[in-house]
Amino acid sequence: MPASKAQVLVRGLVNLELDPADDAAALDRLALWALRYAPIVAADPPDGLIIDTSGADHLHGGETAMLMSLVDRMEASGMAARAAVADAWGTAHAAARFVALPIAIIPSGEAEATMRDLPIRALRLPAPIVEGLHVLGFERIGDIEDTPKAPLAHRFGPELMRRLEQAMGRAPEPFEPVRSPQLIEVRRAFSEPIGAAETIARYTAKLVDQLCAALEQQGLGARRLDLLFHRVDNRIEAIRVGTAAPVRDTRRLTRLLTDRIETVDPGFGIELMTLTATLAEPLRDRQTISSLVEPEEPDISDLIDVIANRLGSSRLYRFAPVESDVPERSIKRIAPNAPDDGASWPGDWPRPSRLLSPPEPIDTMALLPDNPPVWFTWRGIGRRVARADGPERIFGEWWLREAETTSVRDYFRVEDEGGERFWIYRAGDGEDPATGSHKWFLHGIFA
Amino acid sequence: MAASSTHFVLSELRERVARLEGGATRRREVLPFGIPEIDRVLPGGGLALGALHEVAGGANGAVDGAAAALWAAGVAARTRRRVLWCVTRQDLFAPSLAQAGLPPGRVIYVEAGDEAAVLACFEEGLRHGGLGAVVAELARLPMTSSRRLQLAAEASGTLGIAIRRWRRQTEATDFGQPTAAVSRWRVSALSSRPLPVPGVGRPRWRLELLRVRAGESADFEVEACDAKGRLALSADMADRSAAPQTRRIGADG
Repeated sequence: MPASKAQVLVRGLVNLELDPADDAAALDRLALWALRYAPIVAADPPDGLIIDTSGADHLHGGETAMLMSLVDRMEASGMAARAAVADAWGTAHAAARFVALPIAIIPSGEAEATMRDLPIRALRLPAPIVEGLHVLGFERIGDIEDTPKAPLAHRFGPELMRRLEQAMGRAPEPFEPVRSPQLIEVRRAFSEPIGAAETIARYTAKLVDQLCAALEQQGLGARRLDLLFHRVDNRIEAIRVGTAAPVRDTRRLTRLLTDRIETVDPGFGIELMTLTATLAEPLRDRQTISSLVEPEEPDISDLIDVIANRLGSSRLYRFAPVESDVPERSIKRIAPNAPDDGASWPGDWPRPSRLLSPPEPIDTMALLPDNPPVWFTWRGIGRRVARADGPERIFGEWWLREAETTSVRDYFRVEDEGGERFWIYRAGDGEDPATGSHKWFLHGIFA
Repeated sequence: MAASSTHFVLSELRERVARLEGGATRRREVLPFGIPEIDRVLPGGGLALGALHEVAGGANGAVDGAAAALWAAGVAARTRRRVLWCVTRQDLFAPSLAQAGLPPGRVIYVEAGDEAAVLACFEEGLRHGGLGAVVAELARLPMTSSRRLQLAAEASGTLGIAIRRWRRQTEATDFGQPTAAVSRWRVSALSSRPLPVPGVGRPRWRLELLRVRAGESADFEVEACDAKGRLALSADMADRSAAPQTRRIGADG
């Protein structure tokens, strides 16, 4: 379409010169940015990124969460993005562009079934081959799969079969990960490929030594390390570890990296190892407290790092008080090494040691409006209430939700005849139906 | 005369056994409960630091583990440093632990997702040595794992508490299986002390010491942890003149 015709169709159309070099450079910058998600990233010109997520997705809360975060961040900066996860580059490339979902996750082993329905354009073939196939009546990838391959290969050349095999995840497709020249990187090449876990651990320690020396020169500490293993069959395995605070301690970093060696598949051997500090921050020398004052709390940030790298940092937290009377809102999760301000909950009212989430409905018999139940049934077991305390009235937080303007919960602490203590509440104040359903719930178990 | 000589022989035997166990070179530190009746039955006069202890709830407590968690919190509160608390799925209510003496700044929680990961984090925490206590909620504690945990605790001097908690009450029979833990406790809720007015008094527990290495089992009626994590002997038991009844260690011990 000529530019003048487009300008007639769309009012206020902005014209820009095509600048492939600039686009490629921007894509490379985007690839460097995407290094925050996984250690192996490459630009896929003209319009894509390849991210090898193996071993890194659990740090972002799983594949779905990681893709959502990736797409959301791209959208926030004004780019429309589509993402797909699959076993092979070819599969993911096709799924991201031709599956009608913004986020496509192709489970392991289901690549073929998904690919069969996609159009032939998804195969990354030159336009003449695609047109040629259309002329012959091929529409979907499945059509080619079902046809004898030899005549097709004879007619269209080896490119067709190569792309088909790659899209199905049957042929390997190595790529060179992007690296910024500013990053501190150390590498070690082996004349004879290595494979044993002990050997890998030994050379990891040597690389960490070198890296820490390089970091020390610049006064930096590592926040994120990527250890890449280039295998003889051109595949790259990676270990990524993160730390909560900048670290330059050789022993600690080695420990974090060797902890994850079991996730590396050396295949036929590793011929090159590179260790990069993809995120480094200034590390200042700190004076240790002298023995005149109270002994300092021992440093457990290394333990936090080990567990966080194994399970993901969201699994490790402390609770902190929130000023809210609603029990489930009175706690929030904070980072384990967040500064401790000494705040706690007001301790006047007893609180149960186990809180059920969500509260479980119970059957009760109780006098309205103020009395605790005489008996209640929870999980099919009837209990007679021997003693009770209450009510502790908690009002809805109208500043959070309109619906809570009138709502009320009356909490009772009850003890059954066997001595077990429970925290139960009634939704509503017992008189006004507007304050709640007047149903009873069990919310917690006291010790 | 005869009594004192048996006492002498016994103490010498104890010393020899301790040397065989390899603990003689280390100074064994303990965490006393501050209740003479309980500390008396524990070797060393308190809960051994640098050791693994097991605790479970009785009856429904085997499933909800509410009292066991609070007991563990009370013990952990009386150590000095921070506490690592490993769970499979989080249902602890932190304000309650704060009321047992563990302020929120001292507890770091790990939500590990499965039992194997809980065990790994438990061991990692015990091995580290910078923590006051490590608490883990576990359904299964095989002999091999508990042995590893015990060795890790011995090496670092950190107190380890395994709260045993099962999905169903029938699975609680697992608590009879042998483990390498130094002591094994069971905490069950008792009716609270009657008050002169309507209301629930200070909670009381039946605290059973089912098994302790180099000691005899016993049970106590105690009042639950106060704001500093201390237990108190239940009033009617404290007034009793006789010593708390002790039981012989059974074959299952």
